[in-house]
Amino acid sequence: MAVPVQAGGAEVVVGRRKREWPLAVILLLPSAVVFGLFVFYPLARTIQLGMYRSDPFGGLGRYVGPSQYWDVLTSESFLRSLGVTLKFAALTVPTGLGLGLGLAVLGHQQLRGIGVYRTIFSSTVATSVAVASLMWLTLLNPSIGLVNQALTKLGHEPIIFLQRPGWALVSVAMATVWQNLGFTFIVISAGLQSVPDELLESARIDGAGPWRRFREVTLPLLSPTLLFAFVVLSINAFQTFGQVDLLTHGGPLHSTELLVYHVFQRTSNDPSTAAAEAVVLFGIVLLLTLVQLRVLERRVHYGD
Amino acid sequence: MASVAFEHVTKRFGDVVAVEDLDLHVDDREFLVLLGPSGCGKSTALRMIAGLEEPTEGAIRIGEHRVDGVDPKDRDLAMVFQSYALYPHKSVRQNIEFPLRSRKVPPAERTQLVQDAAGQLGLSTLLDRKPRELSGGQRQRVALARAIVRRPAVFLMDEPLSNLDANMRTATRAELVELHQRLGTTFVYVTHDQVEAMTMATRVAVMSEGSLQQLGVPQEVYDRPANVFVAQFIGSPPMNVVPGPVAAPLGVGRDDVVVGIRPEHLMIGTAGISAIVRVVESLGHERHVLCEADGHRLIVRCPAHGDAPVEGDAVHLSARPEHLHLFDASSGQRVA
Amino acid sequence: MATRTIGRYALLTFCAVVVFLPIYVAVVIAIQPAARVVDFPGVLLPKSLTLEPFRNAMRSGNLGRYLVNSGVVTAFIVGGQVITSILAAYAFAFVQFPFKRVVFTLFLATLMVPAEATIVANYETIQHFGWLDSYQALVMPFLATAFGTFLIRQAFLGVPQDLRDASALDGYGHWGFLRGVAVPLARPAIAAFTVFSFLLAWNQYLWPLLVTNDDAHRTVQIGLKSLAGANVANLNLPAAGAVIAGLPIFFLLLFFQRHLVRGLTSGAVKG
Ligand SMILES: Nc1ncnc2c1ncn2[C@@H]1O[C@H](COP(=O)(O)OP(=O)(O)OP(=O)(O)O)[C@@H](O)[C@H]1O
Ligand SMILES: [Mg+2]
Repeated sequence: MAVPVQAGGAEVVVGRRKREWPLAVILLLPSAVVFGLFVFYPLARTIQLGMYRSDPFGGLGRYVGPSQYWDVLTSESFLRSLGVTLKFAALTVPTGLGLGLGLAVLGHQQLRGIGVYRTIFSSTVATSVAVASLMWLTLLNPSIGLVNQALTKLGHEPIIFLQRPGWALVSVAMATVWQNLGFTFIVISAGLQSVPDELLESARIDGAGPWRRFREVTLPLLSPTLLFAFVVLSINAFQTFGQVDLLTHGGPLHSTELLVYHVFQRTSNDPSTAAAEAVVLFGIVLLLTLVQLRVLERRVHYGD
Repeated sequence: MASVAFEHVTKRFGDVVAVEDLDLHVDDREFLVLLGPSGCGKSTALRMIAGLEEPTEGAIRIGEHRVDGVDPKDRDLAMVFQSYALYPHKSVRQNIEFPLRSRKVPPAERTQLVQDAAGQLGLSTLLDRKPRELSGGQRQRVALARAIVRRPAVFLMDEPLSNLDANMRTATRAELVELHQRLGTTFVYVTHDQVEAMTMATRVAVMSEGSLQQLGVPQEVYDRPANVFVAQFIGSPPMNVVPGPVAAPLGVGRDDVVVGIRPEHLMIGTAGISAIVRVVESLGHERHVLCEADGHRLIVRCPAHGDAPVEGDAVHLSARPEHLHLFDASSGQRVA
Repeated sequence: MATRTIGRYALLTFCAVVVFLPIYVAVVIAIQPAARVVDFPGVLLPKSLTLEPFRNAMRSGNLGRYLVNSGVVTAFIVGGQVITSILAAYAFAFVQFPFKRVVFTLFLATLMVPAEATIVANYETIQHFGWLDSYQALVMPFLATAFGTFLIRQAFLGVPQDLRDASALDGYGHWGFLRGVAVPLARPAIAAFTVFSFLLAWNQYLWPLLVTNDDAHRTVQIGLKSLAGANVANLNLPAAGAVIAGLPIFFLLLFFQRHLVRGLTSGAVKG
C-alpha cells in the first residue's frame, strides 16, 4: 500500500488532510484586495470627505461634520441637478421599458426571417456611450444633421436640439433610450421565451384572445423580468454621464446637468462637495437595488 | 491487497446519527456487501472508508494502518459511484487515464494501462467517445475501468447497478463476481437490493438506522436471520411475522415471542392457523396467496399450476417446526 | 400572404429601420466624401465611396494609439476579472471556511456601490499612488467583480458533488479539480462572463476620462470626445470615429452574441 507508512512500530500517517481555510484566503485575496481598496475604502472615504468643506484651491479644507451634508444637499445647484436627474429618469425609464417590451413582443413572433429583426433590435447593445453619442451628434447637428435636413425638406424650421433648454434634455434622453434599447430588448425577450407555451395554449383553449392572453398570462409571468429591467434602467439613469459630457456639457443653462456630471465637474476642484453628492447617488442606487431584492424575495417565497 | 476495519465508528451530521458504533472487519480479498434500506447509513460508511467523510468517533483501518485524516488519494482505493461520476468533458480514454495522470505515470505506461483496463471491460472501440455518447451500461463500464486501471488494494462501489435495466443488471452482477475473482482484491459494495447481496457477496453486512444488524455469508443470513428486521428485509416476498399466540396451532407454546415463517415454508392444508384468503396474485412462475389470520397478514407461496384456494376461502396454514423462526417479542432478537 | 402577415412584417420592418437608423447613418456618412453629407436624402444611398473620413479620424483623433490603449486595458481587465472571479467563485462553491456567508454577502454588496459614487475617493487614491495617466489607473480598480464571481459560482454549484469526490479519489486536490474539472465544466458561464466583461471594459467612459490626460494612455472612447462638438461642420469625422470605436464590439458580438445574451440575462431570469 502506498500510503500509511510504518516507522519503527509507531503508526505514522502521511498525507494528513489540511484545514481548508488557508486555501480560501488565497482564492479570495485577489478579489478582496480590489474590493477593499476600490469599493469599501472609497465608500467610507467618500462619506467622510462629505463632512469637509473644500478650500478654494481644490484641497480638502476643514472638517465641518455631518451638517456639511445638509449644506451641500440643500444647495440650489445640487437640488437643480437632482431635479434634472429625476426628470431624466422619468423621460427614459418608462419609454425604454415600453419600447423594449414592444420590440420584444414583436420579435417573439414565429415568422420567417425573424432572426434578422431580432439581431437589429439587439444591435444597440454593441454601442458604447461615446459611440452612441457621436451617432446622435451626427443625426442632430443643427445645420447639416440629417434630422434637420429632413425637417428643412419638409418645410419646417431646423431645431437646435442640443442647445435649446426645452430640447436638450429630451435629446439626451432619446440617445439614452436608444442606446439602452438593445439591452432591454434582450432581457425582456429572454423573459418572454421563458413563459411556458403550455400556459398560453391552455389559455387559448379556454377562449382567451391574444390581448387577454398577453395581459393575464404573459405579463404576470414577465413581471420579475420587467422589474429587473426597470431597476437596471433606473440605476442607469442615475449614473448617466457620457451622453451629457459629449452632447451638451450640462448646458444649456444647466438644463442637462445630471447628478454624475455635477459630481464629475467638482471631483478635482471641490472634492468635498462632490463626495457629499456621490453619497446621495449611492443611497439612491442602494435603495433601488434593495427594492428589487425585496420584491424578488417575496416572489420566491410566496409566488408561483 | 488489504483488509478494511471499522472500529466502533460513529458518524453524526449535526443531530442526525448516520452510522452508530459500527464494528466491522472486512477480510482481505473479500466481497463484502453492505445491505440496508434507504437512509440506513451505507453510503456514509463507504465514504468514510474512502476518506470522503471523517468518523465522528472510532477509527478506520485499511490493512494494518489507521487512516484518520489521510487524504482519499493516499488510501490506495478506488470507488465506483451510483451516478458513475464520469467527467462529461473528457473522452472515455481521458476518463480512464485521469487517475494515472495525477500519479505521474509515464505516458507510454499510461497508454498501456488504459488499453488493458478498456480491453478487460470491452471498451476498446469506445475510447474516443464522450460519456454522453454512451449507453448506461457502457458508462458503468467506464466507471469500472477508471477504478481498476490503477490496481487499488480496495474497491468501493455505491449502488453501481441501480441505473441499469433489469437484464443489464443480471449480466453485470456475474461480471462483477468474475472481476472480483480475477483481480483478487477487497470489494466493499453498497446496495439496497438483496438479490445483489445474495448473488455476489462472500459476506453480507445488514444495516438499519445506522447500526449493523447481522454479518454473515448470504445463506446463513437468509437461513438464520439475527432479528426481525433482517428476517423481514431479506427474502421476497418478505418473511411472515406473527405474535406467538397466533402461531399456537403450529406448536409454539410461548407468548413472549414473535414467530417468523417464510412464505415458501407455509403449507395450505387442513390443520394449523385458520385464515381467510384475501387475494391471489399470479406471477407466472408461482402464485402468492395473501391470507388474513386474526388481523395478521400471511403470504403463502404456491406453485403456478395445480389446485389453489380462491378469494374468500377459509384455509388452514401449517409449517414444519424447523422452519419457524422465534424472536423475542420486545427486543426482536432471535431466540431460536 | 395574408394581409395580417404583411402587416406584421411592415411593423417589424418599420421598427427595424428606426432602431437601425443611427448606426446606418453613421456608417454611410463615414464612407462618403464630406460634400455628400448635405445631399439629403441622397446620402442614405452611398456612392463615390471613400476611406478619407477614416484616415482623417485616425489622424486628427489620434485613434490609432487610443485603439492600442483600449486593447491593452481591456485585455488586462478581462483577463484579471476572469481569473479573480474563477478563484473567488471556487472558494465559495467548493472550499469550507468560516464566515462564508458573511464574506459572500460582502462580495455581493459591492454590486450595490456604483463606480460613479466612489470616483472622488478613488481619484484621490490613484493620485496618491502617483498613477494618474497610467495603465494601472485604468486597470487596477476593475480587476475583480462580484458579478463574475456570482455567475461562475452558480456554474460551479451545478457540478455534481460526485465529480468532486471522484477526483479526490483519482488523486486530485483542489487545484487539480479546479483546472481539470470545474473550469472546463463551467466554460459556458465563463465564456458568457468574458464577453460581458469585454463589452463593459471596452466601453468605459467616465473613469478613463477622469484619470487620463495624455495621449499615451487615453482610450479610444475618450478619443472620440475630441471628434465631438455640437457644431462641427464636418460630420464625417465623428461618424467615422464612432464606426472605428464600435467595430471591435461589432465583431465580438458577431461571433459571441449567444454568450453575451446569456451574460446579460443571467441576472434577470433567475432572480
Ligand atoms: N452530508 C450530510 N449531511 C447531513 N446528513 C447526511 C449527510 N449525508 C448523509 N446524511 C444523513 O445520514 C443518513 C444516512 O445517509 P446515507 O447516505 O449514508 O444513507 P444510504 O444508506 O446510503 O441511503 P440510500 O440508499 O438512500 O443511498 C441519512 O439520514 C442522511 O440524511
Ligand atoms: Mg447511498
